[in-house]
Amino acid sequence: MASRVVRITRFNMTSLALGLAFLYLPIVILVIYSFNASRLVTVWGGWSLRWYHEFFNDRAMLEAAWMSLRVAAVSATLATLLGTLAAVGLARGERFRGRALFSGMLYSPLVIPEVISGLSLLLLFVALNAERGFWTVTIAHTTLTMCFVTVVVQSRLTSLDRSLEEAAMDLGCDPVRAFLLVTLPLILPAIAAGWMLAFTLSLDDVVIASFTTGPGSATLPIRIYSEVRLGVKPEINAICTLVIALIAVVIVVASFASKLSSSQGESAAPL
Amino acid sequence: MAEDAEIDEHGAAARPAPQSFAADMPLLRIEGVAKTFGTFRAVDTLSLDIRAGEFFALLGPSGCGKTTLLRMLAGFETPDEGRILLDGKDIAPVLPHERPVNMMFQNYALFPHLSVYDNIAFGLKRAGMARAEIAARVAEMVALVKLEGMEKRKPDQLSGGQRQRVALARSLARRPQVLLLDEPLAALDKKLRESTQAELMELQRRLGTTFIIVTHDQEEAMTMAGRIGVMDAGRLVQVETPRHLYEAPATRWIAEFVGDINLFEGRLTAREHSRLTVTTAGAGALMVSELWPPVTKDVVNVAIRPEKVKLSRRAPAVGEGAAHTINRLDGVITDVNYLGGLTTYKVKLESGAMIRASAANTARLDVDAYLAGQRVVAWFTPDDCLVLEQ
Repeated sequence: MASRVVRITRFNMTSLALGLAFLYLPIVILVIYSFNASRLVTVWGGWSLRWYHEFFNDRAMLEAAWMSLRVAAVSATLATLLGTLAAVGLARGERFRGRALFSGMLYSPLVIPEVISGLSLLLLFVALNAERGFWTVTIAHTTLTMCFVTVVVQSRLTSLDRSLEEAAMDLGCDPVRAFLLVTLPLILPAIAAGWMLAFTLSLDDVVIASFTTGPGSATLPIRIYSEVRLGVKPEINAICTLVIALIAVVIVVASFASKLSSSQGESAAPL
Repeated sequence: MAEDAEIDEHGAAARPAPQSFAADMPLLRIEGVAKTFGTFRAVDTLSLDIRAGEFFALLGPSGCGKTTLLRMLAGFETPDEGRILLDGKDIAPVLPHERPVNMMFQNYALFPHLSVYDNIAFGLKRAGMARAEIAARVAEMVALVKLEGMEKRKPDQLSGGQRQRVALARSLARRPQVLLLDEPLAALDKKLRESTQAELMELQRRLGTTFIIVTHDQEEAMTMAGRIGVMDAGRLVQVETPRHLYEAPATRWIAEFVGDINLFEGRLTAREHSRLTVTTAGAGALMVSELWPPVTKDVVNVAIRPEKVKLSRRAPAVGEGAAHTINRLDGVITDVNYLGGLTTYKVKLESGAMIRASAANTARLDVDAYLAGQRVVAWFTPDDCLVLEQ
């Protein structure tokens, strides 16, 4: 791959620019308009931080943001714990009966439409007579994001040389200690990347959250969605810009973490 | 002689009998061990004794079960049948981390997140050694493998040869009774491999640890090991010293696997004292000295190593006595391969069969070198060849 140098031509540059514009122009416009001084969303009235100021004084919005962050943090942590365990079971466990079924079921949230999983979770919570709010959303998001953690961690585990664990056992570790002292430090970047992925997925989910949340515990995306239905306020632009910035930071950190993880793996598994 | 002296000493000291018996007991005894993966019998009822302080090589082509056997010794696989006795005790129920056996892995399996120091200290920490003791032992190991000044580096900052040394130091740090080495030199280039072979042998002599090495490289096994066990399809086909293995292979398969050999199939037609005459289709009647055990079959192979086949322009002078009888084959050189230290020749005999010969290039300028197309006589003595029944 590295040996194939792509020449920069006018055609390449144009298609790159068009592609990037297609993907990012709407976001760029949103970011620019978040600094708009005008009350009208589509009319430019000069630069201002007015809407950011407005957002930080909007109690309901701030509460929704706080709710979203808490849900994202707790569900990402739960999903990472469960997802890592599932990955270890799949990558390292002996071939148990129903292994294929287990891995298939684990990955089902990847393919099942969110509306369906949201609805089914709602039915479950209603049947259990659970009060809908923070915990129901958190549980729903955990089930949604766990499989993503498993994918990331499992791919790291399968690329990790098994003889490392055997070497640890050979040098006096029982299997649990071998995992804690050798495997865990080596897959930690992948686990961190999985956590951040789960965090961002939870943060921007609307569909499942709207099924499973209750009165007074709206997450930020739900709050934004309901506000927009009454007409777009420039304040929404400011909030969205902040969310985009947060997610961008998390994604950059996560990709660095997984890069770190794979570069460590190279020395571990030269094959 | 040495054994006699030992017995005398024991007698003089009037030691109790069981102790001298224990001294005769091999350090490691493998008894009828078998391992099956699915329907594939990786190791097939294999028995082997290895003495303390031995440098033993398990040699065989890939897939012959040598690595599986090694992994059973390390405890990563459990034998389906048979027992493995270490110092007279069955180690089957002993888990890998509790065995006084350490393994050096083929790809070294260095912990990438730990420094050289921590890699070597890893096993010592698990053994609950005191800090100062660990530091002293690591320093000793680092000196042993000549890696002074590298302690703080991570494995990915080391060269292949240095990694190999770290792996060796790490596996020796716990002072195992037996060190298992799985293709320890496979990842090194040729020059480095040769110097490392010498270092491994020197190290083994100095420490007196029993080394069991697994390799598919016969030269490596011959250079380093005191004894070689040749494996094929899960079975141990011959256990011998390198010289014996090369000069007196038990079967045709071993003869072809270890080194290069010419084979002529024929029928045993005469036996006079220990001199056999074998009539072959490819090379006519050949005279062979019979070894122990005597040949029992009629259809046999006469085997001769290429370096024992001499070439000359004229037939060599033959003495009158029977002891001077030699086998002479007329032919034409078809192929000359100059390899630096030696030159190999292919000679087409009158029957159409080929015989390979090799000769050391002992002179820098050799105006008399044989050329392709030249008529030559290939000859060898009855003692230089052997009869293989299978």
